[in-house]
Parts: sequence; structure tokens; C-alpha cells
Amino acid sequence: MKNDIAISVNGLTKRFGNFTAVDSISFEVRKGEIFGFLGANGAGKTTAMRMLCGLSYPTSGIGTVAGYDISRQAEQIKRHIGYMSQKFSLYEELTVSENLTLFATIYGMTDKAIKEKTAEVFRTLGMENMRDTLVKDIPTGWKQKLAFSAATMHTPEVVFLDEPTGGVDPVTRRKFWEMIYRASSEGMTIFVTTHYLDEAEYCNRISIMVDGRIKALDSPESLKKKYGAETMDEVFRIVARDAKRGDLKCLYSHQ
Amino acid sequence: MNFRTLKILLSKEIRLMKRNPFIPRIIVAMPLMVMLVLPLVANMDVKNVGIAVVDNDCSELSRRIIADMDASEFLSVNSCEFTYKNALQMMENSNADAIVVIPDGYSKNLAGGDMPKLEIDANGVNATKGMLGANYAAQSVISTLAQWQTENGIELTASSGSVMNYFNPTLNFRNYMIPALMVVLIIIICGFLPTLNLVSEKESGTIEAMNVTPVDRFTFVLSKLIPYWIVGLLVVTVGMIIGWLVYGLDPVGNITDIYLAAVLFSLVMSGLGVTIANKSETILQSIFMMFAFIMIFQLMGGLFTPIASMPQWAQYFTYAVPPRYFIEIMRSVYLKGAAISDLLPQYMALSGFAIAFCIIASITYKKRA
Repeated sequence: MKNDIAISVNGLTKRFGNFTAVDSISFEVRKGEIFGFLGANGAGKTTAMRMLCGLSYPTSGIGTVAGYDISRQAEQIKRHIGYMSQKFSLYEELTVSENLTLFATIYGMTDKAIKEKTAEVFRTLGMENMRDTLVKDIPTGWKQKLAFSAATMHTPEVVFLDEPTGGVDPVTRRKFWEMIYRASSEGMTIFVTTHYLDEAEYCNRISIMVDGRIKALDSPESLKKKYGAETMDEVFRIVARDAKRGDLKCLYSHQ
Repeated sequence: MNFRTLKILLSKEIRLMKRNPFIPRIIVAMPLMVMLVLPLVANMDVKNVGIAVVDNDCSELSRRIIADMDASEFLSVNSCEFTYKNALQMMENSNADAIVVIPDGYSKNLAGGDMPKLEIDANGVNATKGMLGANYAAQSVISTLAQWQTENGIELTASSGSVMNYFNPTLNFRNYMIPALMVVLIIIICGFLPTLNLVSEKESGTIEAMNVTPVDRFTFVLSKLIPYWIVGLLVVTVGMIIGWLVYGLDPVGNITDIYLAAVLFSLVMSGLGVTIANKSETILQSIFMMFAFIMIFQLMGGLFTPIASMPQWAQYFTYAVPPRYFIEIMRSVYLKGAAISDLLPQYMALSGFAIAFCIIASITYKKRA
């Protein structure tokens, strides 16, 4: 395996009974890349991501994340990744700083490092006055930034973001992407699923998943050129034209 | 296992428990309610057993026997009939639970040194009341006879013996129930709370945030079990305080023996709770599953009915019912003052179950689907 590869997947498949959620996908993500994982609802994005994170066993296929095998070394992978699920997953009844300390400690950070890092997080987010507020009492936009910070406190090699900007306003989304760029510039590889097509433009490379398969994979520029499209939206319409699964209307309603 | 991780997870559990609007209250309110109300209502003492007397003797002694029975707090002589047929009629109409027949010439024959027979018939429809009633009536008659014989200078005839109850002299059912009710409390509180806790983490999605971290599953499961040692100890403490303040019952044995058993049993229950939570997707599923276990635990643990009176196969089955051992320990320590050395098999069995359930709980906990 080459040293500059963060994620490498070959023939990855997940079946639930007769239903093939992820159908033999193969791709590579380079270190430091922001990799967009696009697809309609139900296309299999989350299922694929859960296999990469060691939350779900692949039915077949092989792959590595941060150099560890996804089938046999899931617990090793977990030391080197951060994960932010689309379901908000911080403890609502813990304060902001208790949540950060909890996750940082589990990742084995020293008390000193935790102290420095939380101070830094509060400073960059401008959340100093909220450190002892219960998470359930802070606004949604802040919660998402906080969840991102909790997932990246330990500077993981790869960060998995599952629809991180669902349900937030455009300004907050914009700020969120600034955080993603900052993490990327610190050397973290970003693997992000989204169904906001404008966000696809922010990625270095994107893949478009349709009915459990990867139908297109390249940089946004090359994809637009290849399909003779003006926007990513158009690209997506062409690629996902024959989709049988998923709710495309839902996808476009965001536009 | 990582102690630093365990420490932070425990502090998380305890913080969440304290901040929950419901849990700290239930830990205090439930023992209060159960201990204040249940010993009064879950009472199997038989009082006011109705007696119909057929007095064929009509002597001073027979009248004294009747008067003494009526004076007993357990018996009340509802009627004196002249024929057995009338008395039976009383019983058929549910006006009497037992019939006492004093034969003609009873007093005279007894004075002459004979052993005349007095007959007691019990109504078997309400089995407990009939059996105990007949027993109480017999005891009452025996004590009256003994007094009468001493007063009249007659040598005591070998009586059929009298009963003496050790450890719970008044056979007060309440004393028997109070230690067992603490067992019920731990079954419910330490069984349900960890189950609900873990399943609600599943429902809210925080469990996934944990599963994607490198946290070791044994450490994580321990952080779910250990807080319930504390809860179990609190529950037993509240129970003992009420037992002492309200019912005047304090343990004859050592309190540390009770606490040790409570810790072991809390671990058994919370281990079972976590196992059930691991196997359930929703709170509803887990509650139903827990209820099934709690039913068996309460009915087969020897809580209300003695294990010795169960069918043989059921008695073998109770060896697999962990509360059985805890109930035996609680009753023996509370009422008899038994020590750990007397109850070694029970403590060993509880420890075995505790270890087994911790292991099962960690094995069934899956970080990956």
C-alpha cells in the first residue's frame, strides 16, 4: 500500500437479507484530501461509511483505513479516526466541557493536552461563555460545531462526517466548512457525506453513489467537464437519472 | 481494561444519573413506598378464624375451652350449636372456618385420667385459613387443658405437644417479608435502571458515538454496572432504616454481611439488565423482556411461597434463580443473625452469578453490527 493513501476500498459490499445496500464499491482517498461522498437518501452512503468506521461488518470486499484492515482491525482503526454521525450524538445532559473531556480521555489524550486543546476549541469557536452550559441548552448550530470539535480533538488521521450540515442555515454551513478546511490544513483527511450539491464544490474530489454503486468519481471540475454541465446539480441529475432507490425530490428540495 | 477511561465513564454515568429528574427520586421514593405499604398488605397471618362449637359436654371445662378460644386474637367463636349438623350448616354458609366438637362427658373422663378425644374439622375451601385455624384452635385447647389440669391437681397427660417458633416468635409474617421486600426493590431498581439507561443511549444515538471510539467494551459495560452497586446499597440502607423506624425490626446479624450480599446481587441484576438491553432495539422490547425475568424471580425465588413446597422439578429450577440465594441470606442474617461462614454456599452462588452475568453482559455488547 502506498503511503499517501488514507482510505482504500475494493469491492466493498453490504447486504441486509436480499437487499444490497452497498454494491461492490471501490475507491481510494489520498491523505489530506477532502473527499465528498454524494448520493440521494437511501443510496447507501451511511452504510458504506459505517463499514469504514468499524461500526458494521462488510458482507464482502476488502479495504483499509489509516493503514488498518476494516474487517480484522476495526478497533485499531477507531484509534485513528474521528466520526460525527448525522444523528447528534453528544450527551445532552453533560456540559460542553464535560463532553469534550469525556471523548478526549477515551482517545487517550493526557490531561494536559486535553486542557490545552479544549481551551483552543473554546477560543476558536468563541464558546468560552458556554463551557459549563449543558449541551441540550445550546443552539443547534453550535451543537454541530461542538460535535465536530469532539470528533477532531485527538487530531485523527481520518475524519468521517455523515451529513454534518443537515438542518442548519447557510451562514452556519459556511462556517462549518471553514472548520473542515482548517482541519484539512492540519493534515486530517476528511471523508464527508452530504446531499447539499453546492457543498460538493468545496471538496477536492467527489464520488456519486446511486443505488449502492459508485457511478462517478472525480474532481468537481472534471466531472462538470465530462458531463458538459454548468453546475454540480446538473451533473448529479445526469448521473442519478436511472436511480431506482432513494428520494431525489428530497435532494432537490434543498436547492 | 483502562482505568482512566473507566474513571471518566463512571463520572459520566454518575453525573447523568444525578442530573436525571427521575432517577434520584425513584431511588428514595420507591423503597419508601414499598417498605411502608407492602409489609401491611402482603400479610399472610390468619386472624379472626370463625369457629363453630358443638358442646355436647356442657361442663365448666367445656365452657372454659370455648371462652379461651374466643379470647384468642386469632379465633372468634361465632356460634355454639347443639348438633353437628347445625355446625356444618354454619360452615357451608361460610360463617365458620372450623368446627370444634367437645364430646359428651369430656370433662368427667379427663378427670378420671382418660384421654378423651376432641374433634376439630376445618373448612378446606380457604386452605390457609382452615389449616391454620384448626392449628390455632388445637393450640388454644391444649393450653386450656394444661392450665385446668394443673389447677385441679391432675397429673399432666402427655399432650400432643405444643409449638414454639424460634427467631420469629410471634410468627409475624411482616418480619418474614421485610428482608424479602428489599430483595424485590433491588430486583426492580437495579434490573430496570441499567436496562433503560443503555437502551435510551441506543435510541438517542450516543451509543454509536461510543462504539466508534476505541473504548474497550468490558470497560464500557463495567461503567454501566458499577453505579448500580451504589444504588443497591442506597436502596438497602433506606429499607433497613424504615424497617427499624417503622416496624422496629433491625438485623440480628452483621450489616456488612447484608451489604456484601446486596452488592453481589445488584451486580447480578444490572448484568442481566445490560444483557437484555444489548439484545433490545427499543425501550418497549427491553421492558417486556425484563418483566418476564422479574415475574420468574419473584414467584420462584421463595419470596412469597416457600421453595420447599414447590414440585421437585421446580425446586431444582430455583437453583438457577439468583434471588433465591439473596432472599435466603437476607432472611437468615436479618432474623437468625447468621454470618457469612454459615451462608457460604449462598454467597458463593451469588458471586458466581455476578461474575457470569458481567461476562455475558460484556460478550453480548457488540460495538459492530
